[in-house]
Amino acid sequence: MNTTSAVASESEPFIETVGLKTHFRTPRGIARAVDGVTIQIRRGQSLGVVGESGSGKTVLSRSIMGLLPRNGVIREGSVRYRGEEIGNRTPKEMRSVWGREMAMVFQDPMTSLNPVMKVGKQVTESLRLHLGMNAAEATEVAEKIFRDVRIPEPSRRLNQYPHELSGGMRQRVMIAIAMACGPNMLFADEPTTALDVTVQAQILELLSEQIHDRNMSMLLVTHNLGVVAGYTDEIAVMYGGKVVERAPTKVLFDNVKMPYTEALLQSIPRLTQPSHSRLAMIPGRPPDLVNPPTGCRFAPRCAYARDLCRSEEPPLTTAETPDHTFACHFPVGSPEYLERKVEIERRGATTGGGN
Amino acid sequence: MSAVNSSAGAETAVARKKLGFGFWLCIGWLAAMVFIALFTPLLPLKSPTANFLDSSQGRPPYSPSWKHWFGTDKDARDVFARTLYGARISLTVGFSAITAGFLVGGTIGVMSGYFRGWIDRVSSFVFVVLLSFPSLVLAILLTSLIERSLLTVSLVLGLLSIAPVGRLARAATLQYSEREFVLAARQIGAKDRHIIVKEILPNVAIPMSSLALLGMAVAVVAEGGLAFLGLSVEKGITWGGLIQLGSDASKTLEKAPWISFFPILMLFLTVLSLNFAGDRLRTFFDVKEMTL
Repeated sequence: MNTTSAVASESEPFIETVGLKTHFRTPRGIARAVDGVTIQIRRGQSLGVVGESGSGKTVLSRSIMGLLPRNGVIREGSVRYRGEEIGNRTPKEMRSVWGREMAMVFQDPMTSLNPVMKVGKQVTESLRLHLGMNAAEATEVAEKIFRDVRIPEPSRRLNQYPHELSGGMRQRVMIAIAMACGPNMLFADEPTTALDVTVQAQILELLSEQIHDRNMSMLLVTHNLGVVAGYTDEIAVMYGGKVVERAPTKVLFDNVKMPYTEALLQSIPRLTQPSHSRLAMIPGRPPDLVNPPTGCRFAPRCAYARDLCRSEEPPLTTAETPDHTFACHFPVGSPEYLERKVEIERRGATTGGGN
Repeated sequence: MSAVNSSAGAETAVARKKLGFGFWLCIGWLAAMVFIALFTPLLPLKSPTANFLDSSQGRPPYSPSWKHWFGTDKDARDVFARTLYGARISLTVGFSAITAGFLVGGTIGVMSGYFRGWIDRVSSFVFVVLLSFPSLVLAILLTSLIERSLLTVSLVLGLLSIAPVGRLARAATLQYSEREFVLAARQIGAKDRHIIVKEILPNVAIPMSSLALLGMAVAVVAEGGLAFLGLSVEKGITWGGLIQLGSDASKTLEKAPWISFFPILMLFLTVLSLNFAGDRLRTFFDVKEMTL
C-alpha cells in the first residue's frame, strides 16, 4: 500500500499484537477474555490459535480486527498492521481496512449469510462498496471468485438464496465474500466447526490454497489441534485468555513443553490407537474469566502442578529453539515433570491391576 | 410403510409452504375493496347523496329491492352506493394511519434496536407512555379537540399505531442485529446506513408485513368506532357513520336493519380478510424461517 510497508522485509511481522487485553464488563465483574496476548504473523504465513471454548481465541481474532461490541468493552495494548497502529482506531476509521485489508470467515455460514439476500449480491456488495464497480463488473468478478472457491455452476449459484445451498457450499460462499476485495489478512474463526467431517478437509484445503495463491496471512482459530496441524505454519495455544505456548507447527508437535498442550494433543483420536481405547481427556473446566485462579491458570486441572504453580504465574520462557515460547514452571521433560509422570503411571498401573 | 410416510410428510411440507385458497380469497376481497375505493366516482352507481323518494312506496326507509340492492335509509338515499363510497374513507384512513405509524414507529424502532444507547432508552420510554393510554380513549380525546379531516383522523390513528409498530420493529431489529451476518457485513466495511437498509430491513420486513395487515384492520375498526361516535371525518361517508345512522333513533335497527347491516357486513369482511391474510402471511414466513 504505502512505501514503508513495501520496503518492510519479509521477516518483519505483517501483523502483531503487543500485550493485547480485551475485558468485558459483565454483571458478575470484569471478564478477562483476552489478557495480555503478544503474537506476530509474517506476510504469507498462517498462525493457528488453539484452545478450548472460553479460552479467548474468538475474542482475540475479533479484537485484532476491531470487531467488538460497542458497549462494555475495555481494550488495552497495541495492534500493529504493516507497522501502523490500528488498535486505537474507531470502527469508522477501520472501515477502509475491513474488507480490503482484513476479512473474516465465520464459524456458522448459516447465521453469517443474510437469509433474504441472494448470495451473489452478498459478494458483489463489497466489490461495489470498496472498489466502486458497477453491477455488471461486480457480477463478473463474483462469478470468477465463485469459480476460484470451486463452486460449481457459479452463474446459477449467484442467483440462489443461502437456504438453497448445502453447508459446505455456504462456507465456500462465505470464503468468496471474504476474498472478494482481495484482503491481505484473513481471519478464519472455526471455519469448519459447523460442517460435516468430510467437508471440513475440503474447506481447509481451499483456505490454505487461497492464502498461498494470494500471498495472504491467516489467523486460523480452532479448538482442534488436528485441524491446524496440516494447515498452519505456527501455532499459539491459548488458555484462560493467555497464550501459554507458541511455536512453529512442526516444533510444537515434536517438542511439547506445556502440559496443557500435551493434554490437548492426547485428546485427538488417532488411527494408530487400538479401537475402543479410551480417549484421554482434560479433567475439570476452563477457568472462570471473572475470577481466574492465582498462579498458573491451568494449575487446578494440571496433573503436574505443584505449590509454586498455584501461587506464582509462570513467565513466558524460551525453549531450546528461539521461536518456541511457553509459560510453565515445570515443562514437559523437566525433572519435576518426569518425577510426577512416574508417580502417575505407577498409580495408573495399580488401579488398573486392582480392576 | 416408511416410504408412504415420507412422501406424505413431503406433501404436507409442500402444502404448508403454500398460502392457500383462503388467503387468495381474502386478497381478492381486499383488492376489490381497494378498486372500489379508488374508482367509486367512475362506477355506475347511484348518487350517494341523492334522494330517491318514491311516493308509491310510502315513507322511507325502503327495504332492499331490485332498484335499491341494499335498500335505502330514512332519507331515501341508496345504501348500496353509500356503502361503496364508505369504503373510500374507511380504507384511506386505515391505510394512511398504518403507513404513518410504520414510517414513524418503524424508523424509531429500527434505530433504537440497531443503535441501542440513549436513542433506545428515550424511545422505549415514549412507547411505554403511549401504550399506557387506552388507545380508543386517547383517540376520542384527540379527535374531539381537533378539526376532523381525512388527514387529521389518519394522523391520530397513526399516532396510536406508533408504539406497537415501533416495539415490534425494535424487537425484530435487536434479534437480527445480533446475527452474524450483520457482523459479516461490518467486517467487509459496510456503513451503518447500508447495514440497516440492506441487511436488517429486508429481514425485519417479514414480521412487519403481517403486522401491517393486522394493524390496518385495527385502524379500520378504530375509525369505525370513532365514526359511530360521530368523531371521524366530518364531511363524507364512512362505514362507521352509516352503521350509526342505521341505529340511532329508536327502533330503526329493528324496523330497517339493512341500513346498518350492509356497512357492518362490508366492515366485517374487510377486517376479517385483513386479519386472515395477515395471519396466514405470518405462519407462512414462520415456516420458511424454520426450513432455513
